[in-house]
Amino acid sequence: MAIIETKNLTYTYPGGSKPSIQDVSIAIERGEFVVLTGPSGCGKTTLCRCFNGLIPHFYSGKLEGDLTVADLKIANHPIHEIARHVGLVFQNPENQLFALSAEKDVAFGLENLGMPRDEIRKRVDWALQMTGIEELRERAPHELSGGQQQRVAIACVLAMQPDVMVLDEPTSFLDPMGAQKIFEVINELNQKLGITVILVEHRLDLASKYADHVIIMDEGKVILDGEPREVFKSQTARLIGVGIPKATRLWQMLMEDGIRLKKTPVNSEEAAKLLREVLKA
Amino acid sequence: MIEVKDVYFTYTSGVEALKGVSVTIRNGEFVAVMGQNGAGKTTLVKQFNGLLKPTKGEVLVDRVSTRDVSVARLARKVGFVFQNPDHQLFSETVEEEIAFALRNFGFEEAAVKRRITWALNLLGLTEYRKTSPFMLSGGERKRVALASVLAWNPKVVILDEPTIGQDHQQKEKLRQFIVQMNAQGKTVVIVTHDVEFVAECNPRVMLMNEGKIIADGEAKKILTDTEIVAQASIVPPQITQIFLGLADFGLPTDLIDVSEARKALVDYLEERAQP
Repeated sequence: MAIIETKNLTYTYPGGSKPSIQDVSIAIERGEFVVLTGPSGCGKTTLCRCFNGLIPHFYSGKLEGDLTVADLKIANHPIHEIARHVGLVFQNPENQLFALSAEKDVAFGLENLGMPRDEIRKRVDWALQMTGIEELRERAPHELSGGQQQRVAIACVLAMQPDVMVLDEPTSFLDPMGAQKIFEVINELNQKLGITVILVEHRLDLASKYADHVIIMDEGKVILDGEPREVFKSQTARLIGVGIPKATRLWQMLMEDGIRLKKTPVNSEEAAKLLREVLKA
Repeated sequence: MIEVKDVYFTYTSGVEALKGVSVTIRNGEFVAVMGQNGAGKTTLVKQFNGLLKPTKGEVLVDRVSTRDVSVARLARKVGFVFQNPDHQLFSETVEEEIAFALRNFGFEEAAVKRRITWALNLLGLTEYRKTSPFMLSGGERKRVALASVLAWNPKVVILDEPTIGQDHQQKEKLRQFIVQMNAQGKTVVIVTHDVEFVAECNPRVMLMNEGKIIADGEAKKILTDTEIVAQASIVPPQITQIFLGLADFGLPTDLIDVSEARKALVDYLEERAQP
């Protein structure tokens, strides 16, 4: 049973001359780790705003088609109800954080749900620990670096323990090891708690190794949707300028030279393993 | 062009962000400053246009100390594009955003118009000329911020995390664009975490850690040094990772680019095929 399902979803922002997303029909299964990518301005962020009900409840405009999230028809349920199921981590953490300390920011959503104090404390500690920012709990978000703010933003959503976490480029301000650490945290949440993850990301070299479903959008439409290997293999991905992982690009180039690997690598470990077989032969 | 002489910098909060940095950037160089969050990268580049002045030591831009010249004068020479475009953008339309600095620098109205058109075209923003920057996506806003600085044609361009939110095509454009600026003699300094972008550009790389420069040299040399890279909280490029896993075949381990990787593998297999 899909946790998110859209049918011909089309949305135009108020005053917009053309739809930002058009005829989007996708199904995301419970527990999947989805990477959503595509050129800048392709409609990724707009689609994410539909998943948690910001569209149509906060942004007016014109929404057509169907969207069901955790068995709720988004159009018929208010944002606070949808928020229990879908947490959104924004692209720019400054748009999300506002409290006087990281701890208070993380507690805010839980307080709004009317959760008991002890449970709030437990969840906050856990979320801060999972994201590796326990020592920042007393600090005000504006005193933190961009990367630290991103971690606080993730902790806020994490503390709500939603069914689905939608993360819009959550590591863009982080150094590569910091980014990898966050991806591993997200991966762990996905594997251990079964949280469905939808990750919007351009840097596929870093993100694709965790994905089991990749969706590529272009000009508001979904143009590729499937298993990562199949999606990255497609020439279409390259043609619209999606930066497929270097390991997959190398595989494509070698094929032009008549060097064939057993399957399509999507990360460096796989590529090294497959290349070893060819070099040994 | 830029000389940093034993610079220390302490924020009013007491945080010591730079602890004795000395470095020279020559005219027309392309430099990438990399390192962990909080290593002092942004603090260092803010010294280049006088936004911050050294607590101790000295920074010379075109042989003049940043202490002896106003930020406004320096800005004409050293353009700074912020990490977060929202710290920079404030106008009603993209066009007005770009026009603002140009008018401040005293360009004539005809030149302002010309330069706006040129910068919009360069960054693929022409269709957004009359749009509010806040209607645009994160990646697009970033390009508006870049366009507004490039429009006044500074000699040195500092880009703080220019690839954030940019898709692959935009990054490729940015890369070509930097190469082109370089060819025209402009000095380009980027602060970035984007290892794959640096691997494609192959600039001079400065790695920072805890307020100091811990390595300085060609990208190919620095990014393939696993020890030094780990100290700066960086993951080597994917191509380097692949070839580290193939080191026992006698293949080179200092590769960062996919085309050189392809060539190394083809050469290896061809050589082996020979009788």
